[in-house]
Amino acid sequence: MTTDLSHLRTAARATAPRRRNPGRWFADTGWRHVVAIVVSVFAVFPLLFVVSSALNPNGTLTGSNALFSRIGIESFWRILTNPQNPYLLWFGNTILIAAVTAVASTLMGALAAYAFSRMRFTGRRFGLITIVVIQMFPQLLGAVAIFLMMSAIGDVFPAFGLNTHIGLIMVYLGGALGVNTYLMYGFFNTVPVEIDEAAKIDGAGHARIFFTIILRLVAPILAVVALLSVIASFSEYLIASVLLIDPENQTLAVGLVKLVSNPRYADWSAFSAGAIMAAIPVVALFLALQRYIVGGITAGAVK
Amino acid sequence: MALPTDRPTVRSLLVKIVLLGIVDAVSIYAAFVLVLQDNWVAAIAVLAVTALVNWIYLSRRLIPAKYLTPGLIFLAVFQVFVLLYTGYVGFTNYGTGHNGTKEQAVSSLLASSLQRVEDSPTYPVTVVDRLGELGLLVTDPETGEAYVGTNDEPLSRVDDAEFENGRAVSAPGWTSLTFQQVIARTAEITALAVPYSDDPNDGALRTPEGSNAYRYLSTLEFDEQADTMTNTQTGVVYTDRGTGAFVADDGAELRPGWQITVGFDNFARAFTEQSIRGPLIYVTIWTFAFAILSVLLCFALGLLLAITFQNARMRGVKYYRLLLILPYAFPAFLSILVWNGMMNESFGFINQVLFQGASIPWLSDPSLAKVSAILVNVWLGFPYMFLICTGALQAIPEELTEAATMDGARGWSVFRQIKLPLLLSTTAPVLIASFAFNFNNFNLVYLLNNGGPRDTTTSLPVGHTDLLISMVYKVAFTGQNRDYGLASAFSIIIFLIVAIIAVVSFSRTKALEEIQR
Repeated sequence: MTTDLSHLRTAARATAPRRRNPGRWFADTGWRHVVAIVVSVFAVFPLLFVVSSALNPNGTLTGSNALFSRIGIESFWRILTNPQNPYLLWFGNTILIAAVTAVASTLMGALAAYAFSRMRFTGRRFGLITIVVIQMFPQLLGAVAIFLMMSAIGDVFPAFGLNTHIGLIMVYLGGALGVNTYLMYGFFNTVPVEIDEAAKIDGAGHARIFFTIILRLVAPILAVVALLSVIASFSEYLIASVLLIDPENQTLAVGLVKLVSNPRYADWSAFSAGAIMAAIPVVALFLALQRYIVGGITAGAVK
Repeated sequence: MALPTDRPTVRSLLVKIVLLGIVDAVSIYAAFVLVLQDNWVAAIAVLAVTALVNWIYLSRRLIPAKYLTPGLIFLAVFQVFVLLYTGYVGFTNYGTGHNGTKEQAVSSLLASSLQRVEDSPTYPVTVVDRLGELGLLVTDPETGEAYVGTNDEPLSRVDDAEFENGRAVSAPGWTSLTFQQVIARTAEITALAVPYSDDPNDGALRTPEGSNAYRYLSTLEFDEQADTMTNTQTGVVYTDRGTGAFVADDGAELRPGWQITVGFDNFARAFTEQSIRGPLIYVTIWTFAFAILSVLLCFALGLLLAITFQNARMRGVKYYRLLLILPYAFPAFLSILVWNGMMNESFGFINQVLFQGASIPWLSDPSLAKVSAILVNVWLGFPYMFLICTGALQAIPEELTEAATMDGARGWSVFRQIKLPLLLSTTAPVLIASFAFNFNNFNLVYLLNNGGPRDTTTSLPVGHTDLLISMVYKVAFTGQNRDYGLASAFSIIIFLIVAIIAVVSFSRTKALEEIQR
């Protein structure tokens, strides 16, 4: 019976486009285009606005309202060279912090996920439940305690305390581990245990199995977790704004927010140019890995 | 594939020893520094953790611990400890004017009220430096003996100082500053106040120009026995009454005070003081409304789009999808700032262009600001829901729809009675996670509108679109008075709310069941 129906469906599909009755067309696919176009305009117009004001040499918010009326790259030049806003330093700091956090948290998460997935030890169940519970509490809630703790550490070890990148990275690592371990634990479980066992019979120890076999098999989830971590630390504002004090130590999020704290007087075009340059790497990374990310989130959601 | 039998190779052993060596070197240095500062508890904790780490990695057993330790250390310090410390701070009066010990408060009060003694003798001094820290090398005008001291160390006698014309000019271990250096560091030098002796009531020596110093005495006098501060000019007595500050009979407080535990005072204030309770209640209600509405509207729009595109005959789906994903790919903090500019009442794109110069108070009217916050959040969140719903719709077998159609159901009721319930059950975990995320969506409300417009009826720095999390941030880090204690108490209240939500949602989803295997 099912086969019969699917034949009918293919037949309907084949004949439908030939009908030229506009009413029918609208009822079938026309309204879909209307919805899609309306929502696409809603989705895209703020982005068009920021691109247009970045290309507008004029500085103010009002001057940016006539879309694409003037085109120039002066505002890019202004944001890159204005000594009051060390944009390139912010950019470098952000990339450094995001990269180190991503590599270190992915590696530590993978180590923990390997132990939880492959080994049986006392406290394993308790450990997994603790991780699930801890990841429900966002680190943001502890911002006050983090600030007080980092300023106390900074009094003794200035290199790790307030106003240092190492300090901020350590805080991010602590906050990301629960989520990462949990995400990776599920993926590690899908790698057949037989592979480890075969290697074990051949005489490989746990470290060799992990570093030379497992890490390669779980590469897709490593990529997704690392990317999500980069995006998260790229956009993180609260903790970075509390911990990083000197302008030359700050990240893009903290710096750019300060730049437009009063949009009325801000150099809006320069901000837009800075925003576009900051967004390009993230959007490019996202679109390039789109298939994996979308696959990852939908697979996680729809079991 | 034949691998060699796995005995520790020389290389892996070397790597392990080098890494452990680095860890040990760093922590022994750290412990050394801590001991120098008399912080024995922390020093012992560092050494104990280091010993544990060495034991774990040198032992041939304890294999799971070798994999868990790096993560556990960070998790323990920056997540678990932070949680406990938040709990502790919530029970203290920590904040502006209360951020140190009582001794620090006493010496800072005495130092801030120093006044030059009118008939002070003139002390010839030489400004000296030790590892960047300035000190004064003082010659006693009566005895001719040399003394040295810094901001933190009271004057102590120097036996082998060198003298020129009865003035001590250099002392071993100290570098005397040249005239040029004195000029260059004038600001630091005039700020120096070297305590005369261990007793803070003896005052301090200060030098206005770097060659002569005078005796300064505090207008406050500290009586350790009675635990009081007396203003020697007015005669007012300030007493420690256990409130973390010296208080006079008329209620006047000396600032700074010091940090004490106040029990449930912060919580009591949050629930009884009208100017705090009011904002706390409406911020909580708005936080729930914001999170629920954001999830529902994002889900509805995402689902509408997913259904729209679920048609094999439609063309251009690929291009629409690309455009629709863009808000999700663009870094959120930047798009929020862009919306902030576009919604500006007098200069923004929306009023100037879309509404032809109207002045609609998108961000400055309390009600409209809430609508704007949700609108922007829907813009940010619907692409994600669109992707999720597309995946979930594809996972529903086509046969179900066909069977329902055979039974006579029409398009809408097929959707409402068959697809929607299935869809909701598969996407429930995402909806809960999304709710939890929006419950603490600090970036959106803070960057869009700074939580504003500001509520002028309360002393707290709170606005009409503030969520609980941004309220905590503002109480702790903005405004004239930083109140870490009250902010942490708010954090604990949010912890409890989140915990209840977590327990309820966990009992309904299967997240924990998987672990039971």
